Amino acid sequence: MLSSSGTRLSEADLTDHDVLVIGGGNAALCAALTAREQGASVLLLESAPHKWRGGNSIHTRNLRCMHREPTDVLSDAYLEDEFFDDVWRVTGGITNEALARHVIRASETCAEWMKDYGVRFQPSLGGTLHLGRTNAFFLGGGKALVNTYYQAAERLGVTILYEAEAESLVFDGKRFDHALVTYNGSPRKVSAKAVVIASGGFESNQAWLEEAWGEVSRNFLIRGTRFNQGKMLRALIDNGAKIIGDPTQGHAVAIDARAPKYDGGIVTRVDCVSLGIVVNRDGERFYDEGEDFWPKRYAIWGRLIAKQPGQVGYSITDAKAQGRFMPSVFPPEQADTLNELAAKLELPVDAVRKTVDDFNAAVQPGNFDHSVLDDCHTWGVTPEKTHWAQRIDEPPFYGYPLRTGITFTYLGAEVDDKARMYMDSGELSDNVFLAGEIMAGNILGQGYVAGFGMTIGTVFGRIAGKEAGSYAKD
Amino acid sequence: MQKIEALIEETRSNMTICNACRYCEGFCPVFPAMERRRVFTPEDLKYLANLCHNCGECYYACQYAPPHEFAVNVPQSMAKLRAESYRDYAWPGPLAKLFDRNGLLTALALAVGVTLLLLIAVGLNGGLAALVTTQHGGDFYALMPHNVIVVTFGSVSLFVLLALVMGMVRFWSESGEGVAGLGDARSWRQALKETFSLQHLHGQGEVGCTYPDAYHSQWRRRFHHFTFYGFMLSFAATVTGTIYHYVFDWQAPYDFTSLPKLLGTLGGIGLLIGPAGLLYLKLVRDQNTADVRQMGMDVAFIALLWLTGFTGLALMLLRETSAMGVMLVVHLGVVMALFITMPYGKFVHGFYRLLAVYRNALERNRSSH
Ligand SMILES: Cc1cc2nc3c(=O)[nH]c(=O)nc-3n(C[C@H](O)[C@H](O)[C@H](O)COP(=O)(O)OP(=O)(O)OC[C@H]3O[C@@H](n4cnc5c(N)ncnc54)[C@H](O)[C@@H]3O)c2cc1C
Ligand code: HEM
Ligand code: SF4
Ligand code: SF4
Repeated sequence: MLSSSGTRLSEADLTDHDVLVIGGGNAALCAALTAREQGASVLLLESAPHKWRGGNSIHTRNLRCMHREPTDVLSDAYLEDEFFDDVWRVTGGITNEALARHVIRASETCAEWMKDYGVRFQPSLGGTLHLGRTNAFFLGGGKALVNTYYQAAERLGVTILYEAEAESLVFDGKRFDHALVTYNGSPRKVSAKAVVIASGGFESNQAWLEEAWGEVSRNFLIRGTRFNQGKMLRALIDNGAKIIGDPTQGHAVAIDARAPKYDGGIVTRVDCVSLGIVVNRDGERFYDEGEDFWPKRYAIWGRLIAKQPGQVGYSITDAKAQGRFMPSVFPPEQADTLNELAAKLELPVDAVRKTVDDFNAAVQPGNFDHSVLDDCHTWGVTPEKTHWAQRIDEPPFYGYPLRTGITFTYLGAEVDDKARMYMDSGELSDNVFLAGEIMAGNILGQGYVAGFGMTIGTVFGRIAGKEAGSYAKD
Repeated sequence: MQKIEALIEETRSNMTICNACRYCEGFCPVFPAMERRRVFTPEDLKYLANLCHNCGECYYACQYAPPHEFAVNVPQSMAKLRAESYRDYAWPGPLAKLFDRNGLLTALALAVGVTLLLLIAVGLNGGLAALVTTQHGGDFYALMPHNVIVVTFGSVSLFVLLALVMGMVRFWSESGEGVAGLGDARSWRQALKETFSLQHLHGQGEVGCTYPDAYHSQWRRRFHHFTFYGFMLSFAATVTGTIYHYVFDWQAPYDFTSLPKLLGTLGGIGLLIGPAGLLYLKLVRDQNTADVRQMGMDVAFIALLWLTGFTGLALMLLRETSAMGVMLVVHLGVVMALFITMPYGKFVHGFYRLLAVYRNALERNRSSH
């Protein structure tokens, strides 16, 4: 049997490590590196092949960090209370305050720790200015970050196996005993003194999505990896872990309907919803497109579209919107008349015509300003558009087809501040530690704060690695 | 062979994805230059291709690289388009065909160069005998008078210079900046600093580039410095030698500590180390970021540079021996081949890159006002 580095892998290599890390994204790598810092020997299992390694983490671009003063990668200051307020607001209070604050405080040291392993950040002047204060951007994005961690792990002697999928876990009471793993197509038994589970959510598992969301989920697109099949989540449920979160909850946004089923990532986003109107398959509007700033609202549109017939929507704008938003990777449909555009989008022409006419007639005079909640709104149309309402009358007209894009799921298991997993009985498991998406639901019960996923993964990855390492060494 | 239109389309499709993504914007000047544009004309894309240093970073960092269906591969598409752009800029146009069979061309040039000089030497000295004795006492010009060298090389050089300048004129005219655009001192200062230090192979954070594979390394830059400065020193040695000869009327051979000798020795050593290193890295490089069709052109150029250094140093060491005559002919033949192939081979990359980096500095300075 060959390991990823090409050296012979003996049977002992699957049973003799101090710490087993299941997963190959940000949280898993942070855990593996930190466990090595403790002097523990580490085996990391990544279900994806080398070319697809890194999970959803390869699609990320930044993490959110608390800081007291400007640093080389962050401007101004971002203190614990403001950070926590942001978390409180988006989760509507569904958060474990102690754990959330724990993460926030620990985020202060993340950037330096990451740099020590060779992670590079963009200097704090980049294009996406408004986030330069709260979020540190990875140079080259998440895949560069993940590559850097893998190289550090190789250097430090972590054994890394690709195409090694943990299928199930075998517990002895509240103690992890071994994992059953498919490696190179054959089943293997893998044991270690402690295990860190950092295998993400279950968003790539179509059957499970269907169980939770129904048939409509067949029309969903998965924005990240195809390898987050949720097998470890299932294993935790089977072994009596204390499960938290609702499987029907997920972070779902509206993305370009032409995106691939998996791994469409950032370039499939469509940012022009608030600049025009959105109609469904029947050519009818169904929600206030100008309710709030797009970054604050884009996460509700995935759900809105999931509820429309055929789970599809169409963003329609005119010439006035051009140049006001980041381009999607797919060019919009374009036409000189609305009828033509509707036909190109395969929408009922008369219905679209009527919707736009009604909308245009309801638009009230105002001063358009996309950078504030302006006074451009409609009057007398259902649903109203409460900001940035402008008549759609200036050709050419543009249309983007939209579908629901799942970013991640919230289902997970409960942990304490040492990343130790709780059993349903209320006891702590002896040697099972969780990090990343699989425990993020402790902190983000619902909603999402940009960059917080990577913060949680980094902080809890480090905690889990440290605790698992020192447990195994004792 | 892929047509330039297809390469333009491939590069444009990559840039459209990059422009919606922008994760790589901190790696190098290509991405900010891309972001300054709304549409990508073929001219823009050729400029970006020459701005790209093939450092490889954005390939390894790309979440859309193959096997992803978007199949983004910026270094490779840029490399292919860059090679095609060399053909486009080449002057006179019909000679651009020489790029296609560059390896063969170089071998031919080498053979022709050596034979030509051999014939000249034999003709001048009335036979082969003079080439294999020590009668000349280490004096090159006893075998091959200085004037003859100047005339043969001078005429070749003039043509080569003209061809190179015309190529640059063509490159620059696509910028739409006009002649006036070439006059910005600040941008020149920045461009020279960036190119002479090969800043864009440093990598952000001075870690080097991802070459020959996914791991960062400074060796491409180091070997290129040996090559580049070795070449420059050798060139400077020739120029100072000519000045000694004509301006001061000091006749060769010069002392070991004289300027032409010192420059030549250092330059020769640079050309031994640099191209050898570059060749090694090239042979082990990850083909994913390479344009395989350029292999011949690159290797031919590397080989000629190495041979220039090697024969130059050998000539110096063997000057007092009977091998001098043959060595002289071979060295001059190699240099002749290097010269002739300059406008139709890899050599042009330096000029177009310099202009591209300058143009980038110009745009950058303008947009920061
Ligand atoms: C398009 C997109 C953009 C995002 N941008 C950001 C951002 O900018 N900032 C931010 O903070 N968050 C962002 N997120 C969220 C972020 O991706 C997650 O919060 C974070 O990556 C979670 O890290 P993780 O290590 O827990 O999971 P992942 O990175 O998904 O890693 C899970 C790993 O486990 C492996 N695995 C799964 N099952 C098994 C098994 N049974 N056996 C072995 N291995 C297994 C997978 O192959 C994968 O490598 C984004 C998400 C998406 C989809
Ligand atoms: C303005 C100056 C120059 C710049 C910015 C520059 C830049 C580069 C870069 C980025 C590469 C690697 C990518 C590629 O193959 O295209 C390269 C390759 C090379 N350069 Fe230069 N160069 C310059 C001048 C020169 C000069 C004057 C020489 C020697 C006479 C030279 C010799 C080489 C060689 C031999 C290679 C091939 C190496 C390989 O393929 O790995 N360069 N140059
Ligand atoms: S190379 Fe890939 S990661 Fe980099 S900007 Fe382009 S699409 Fe994005
Ligand atoms: S290969 Fe390097 S220089 Fe070229 S575009 Fe990518 S990052 Fe920039």
